[in-house]
Amino acid sequence: MADLNQDFPLLSFLILAPTAGAIILSLIPADRAKLLRAIALVVSTIIFLFSLPLYFGFNQSRTAFQFEEKYEWIPAFQATYHVGVDGLSLLMILLTAFLMPLIFLASWHDIKKSVKGYLISMLLLETGMMGVFASLDLLLFYIFWEAMLIPMYFIIGVWGGPRRIYAALKFFIYTMVGSLLMLVAILFIYFYYGKVTGTLTFDLVQIRDLLFPANYQIWLFLAFGLSFAIKVPMFPFHTWLPDAHVEAPTAGSVILAAVLLKMGTYGFIRFCLPLFPNAAMQFTPLISILAIIGIIYGAWVSMVQPDIKKLVAYSSVSHLGFVMLGIFTLTHQGLQGGLLQMVNHGLSTGALFLIVGMIYERRHTRMIADYGGLAKQIPIFTTIFMIVTLSSIGLPGLNGFVGEFLVLTGTFLTNRWYAVLATTGVIFAAVYMLLMFQRVMFGKLDKEENQKLTDLSLREIIVLAPVVVMIILIGVWPQPFLNKMEKSVDHLIRTVRYRAERVNQAPSLAPVDLAESKKIMPPIGQ
Amino acid sequence: MITLQDFYLLSPEITLTVLGFVVLILGLIFPRMFRETLAAIVLIGFAVALLFSTQHWAAPPATAFYGMISVDKFAVGFQCLFIISAALTLMLSMNSLEEKYLLYSEYFALIIFATVGMMLMASSAHLLTLFLGLETLSVSLYILAGFRRTDPKALESSFKYFLLGAFASGFLLYGIALIYGSVGSASLTALAEKIGQSVTPSSSQISSSTILTNQSIFITGLVLMVIGFGFKIALAPFHTWAPDVYQGAPTPIAAFMATGSKAAGFAALLRLLLASNIMTEVIWQQIFWIIAVATMTIGNIIALRQDNIKRMLAYSSIAHAGYILAGAIANNETGYAGIIFYLLSYTFMNVGAFGVVALLAKSEKEYVNISEYRGLAYRRPFAAIAMAIFMFSLSGIPPTAGFLAKFYVFSGAVQAGYIWLVILGVINSMISLYYYLGIIVVMFMQDPEGERAPITPLPAVSIALAIAIFGTLNLGLFPGQWMDKFQALARSLM
Repeated sequence: MADLNQDFPLLSFLILAPTAGAIILSLIPADRAKLLRAIALVVSTIIFLFSLPLYFGFNQSRTAFQFEEKYEWIPAFQATYHVGVDGLSLLMILLTAFLMPLIFLASWHDIKKSVKGYLISMLLLETGMMGVFASLDLLLFYIFWEAMLIPMYFIIGVWGGPRRIYAALKFFIYTMVGSLLMLVAILFIYFYYGKVTGTLTFDLVQIRDLLFPANYQIWLFLAFGLSFAIKVPMFPFHTWLPDAHVEAPTAGSVILAAVLLKMGTYGFIRFCLPLFPNAAMQFTPLISILAIIGIIYGAWVSMVQPDIKKLVAYSSVSHLGFVMLGIFTLTHQGLQGGLLQMVNHGLSTGALFLIVGMIYERRHTRMIADYGGLAKQIPIFTTIFMIVTLSSIGLPGLNGFVGEFLVLTGTFLTNRWYAVLATTGVIFAAVYMLLMFQRVMFGKLDKEENQKLTDLSLREIIVLAPVVVMIILIGVWPQPFLNKMEKSVDHLIRTVRYRAERVNQAPSLAPVDLAESKKIMPPIGQ
Repeated sequence: MITLQDFYLLSPEITLTVLGFVVLILGLIFPRMFRETLAAIVLIGFAVALLFSTQHWAAPPATAFYGMISVDKFAVGFQCLFIISAALTLMLSMNSLEEKYLLYSEYFALIIFATVGMMLMASSAHLLTLFLGLETLSVSLYILAGFRRTDPKALESSFKYFLLGAFASGFLLYGIALIYGSVGSASLTALAEKIGQSVTPSSSQISSSTILTNQSIFITGLVLMVIGFGFKIALAPFHTWAPDVYQGAPTPIAAFMATGSKAAGFAALLRLLLASNIMTEVIWQQIFWIIAVATMTIGNIIALRQDNIKRMLAYSSIAHAGYILAGAIANNETGYAGIIFYLLSYTFMNVGAFGVVALLAKSEKEYVNISEYRGLAYRRPFAAIAMAIFMFSLSGIPPTAGFLAKFYVFSGAVQAGYIWLVILGVINSMISLYYYLGIIVVMFMQDPEGERAPITPLPAVSIALAIAIFGTLNLGLFPGQWMDKFQALARSLM
């Protein structure tokens, strides 16, 4: 509570406003679909506008949490409502707020069945996502983490494609299986911290000062890591992803790819690295190798997909492999690249899903073979699709390049062979994306149905334009975004190294002494 | 000397007993009295009893009638829970009481007497009071289970419950006799004192029961009593009656048995466990550990294959008893507070789940198969949303009460070092997800088949469901205020 930067509880507003919107929607009769959609759009736009002060007010020269709020919540457990942001979570909150209005606009005509339930689910989902990224209390985090599953489960299961029930159940059970073990680990941490220090707390800010013995770290890392790895998803836990992505409605796929997957990588950064640094270092080879397998496997599987949406879904496995690889280099470049790549993937893959959704609305097929030569027929669509495709591949000048380059630089500094292998993933990405683009967009416009396709409507252009602007902006001028995360990344890496050195001491509180940590760890590669 | 104070301490039970007779007599004198009027009288009576009961919350623990009754926070907490459970049951019953053959004044009176039995069990300080309470409860429930007396299923339910229940009572009574023989008193306080003497600080490692002269008789008595309670709570391997009985009983009564009656069994079991202090012994910890894991696993695995919703809820209720037992194994303040939090949450969510069934079904033959719930969300959105909330809560997903309840008992177990018990409990929660989510899939994600005549539920049923939803969400989101009370309650017990 020491430093509340402002009087207005900005983070709580971002977390609770969507729920308030959902409550308003629930009071309006279900048959007034237009009004319902308009209210959801307005609410989410207001939330986005309120997220901007978070970005501009964020002091990038500090490592402590900012915009902190802390209230008593369950005194019997010393659990608090404690939220705050640092450079690691700031961009994810912004990405979430940025995408929501676009999603409501994108699904304007797409969703016809029980619109009201759909909009309410989406808004509740936004509350969950904001909560996950902002929570600084383990119990609060867990509750948001789990509660968010409920609306997503309904979005896939009610508004999804033909195999939606299977996909929704698989999504829910896969994710739950991971997180229940995390619950046991959270309880263990709670009581272990209480035993060592004499105070019981779920507060991350206090708990992260505690150094766990090395053997405990392994188990706790595994318990947390499993749930995050399933969410990412890392190879071999990825099998729920193609099903969920393909069956979910367009807006669901966008949110799933852009935000939900990032919760996994964010979890590794927020919890696994600082709390269990020794285990993190020990597991680095395993996770890096799994990440590389994910990169290459995801790319290969994408290459042979006849269905565009499935192709994009598998490409996520590959892209998230890059993120994980970057995070576990434990270097500045790697982590910054990973964090930026989280945003980039959200933008470019989100946009790809939107584009697939738009063409599906027109033709009701997602098979590559059903298209061909669309470039002549729908030029605006083609242009935007081209930019997004190139961004996904990582073309210099667009956002994907910056992130991948940083990740690969970080990897190169720690293990050259990993870098070599991962780089092949970039090449394969170019192959599958460009092949798909070529087969859909170029060639002869020989299918009769395709000759009647209409170009993007104004609404669709408004949906895609902001994403394209961000893609180009991050591509040519990434520095403002990197600056925001710089200090936090630096602090995290120092924390990990500093504490990993001291793990053999008796369990104790070991707050990071920054001055000392500079001595033992000269910054790498700078 | 019996003083007025003794009667004051017993006032909630006395109120309800009088209420029960008043209801019976009113039914005799005015057989055509509107059942709404009668129900309102009963609800007012419940409110008065609740008021009397809460009067004793702040007071220091006291005993009455020569140490037969003990009124402490533990008793008060459970009494409130029973009254809530009974009141909700009563409100839910309003729908099915449309059926002509139901004699509602007797039905109401039996619910009231069952509640008195539960309250006696929770506040008993003597094994005989405990037994009397249990029998008052059981006899009322035997009749209630078979209340739809023209239906063979109901008769089977009632008869099965009666036969097995009589056996269990026999076990219990035999156990009480043996304990009385070995200790020389059937008073729980005397029991605790006797065992307390045997454990001196220097020799705390010595097993508490070794000092008693007739050790083997004492232990046999305890085993028999645990079996008797195991039957009431439906712990494995004494659980087999539950699905059949729940299936045949009127739906609200099934809810009452799964919540109130189960909570009463737990209350009595906890009194016995704490007085005899057996949970500090490794062998008993191991026995209960195995029972707990077996109960949750058997309940959950069999529930996976049910297509009758009442049977599914019955098996799920068996599984929940296993989770709750984890709090007793933990044998610490968090564990005991967790048990009462769990039982209260479970009352709201389980009465709610049975309540949705009661709300939808015009007769006991409707809405029994899970397939009849296809596309419910499009026909009866509110009922479907309510059911979804209860299902999420039963499977322990935040932000519902079911999550915090599990969290509470499991945290007690982790604190006591039972990591594996918790891991197995968590794995069981994963298994249970499948069938709870199955209901939601059917309601929300499958298309409705055929048309059904819409029914207008009575306001009482809707209010009961609203209370259950409110309880489930309130305990899940803002449990702070409650948890302090439960923590105090657990402290009064230890």
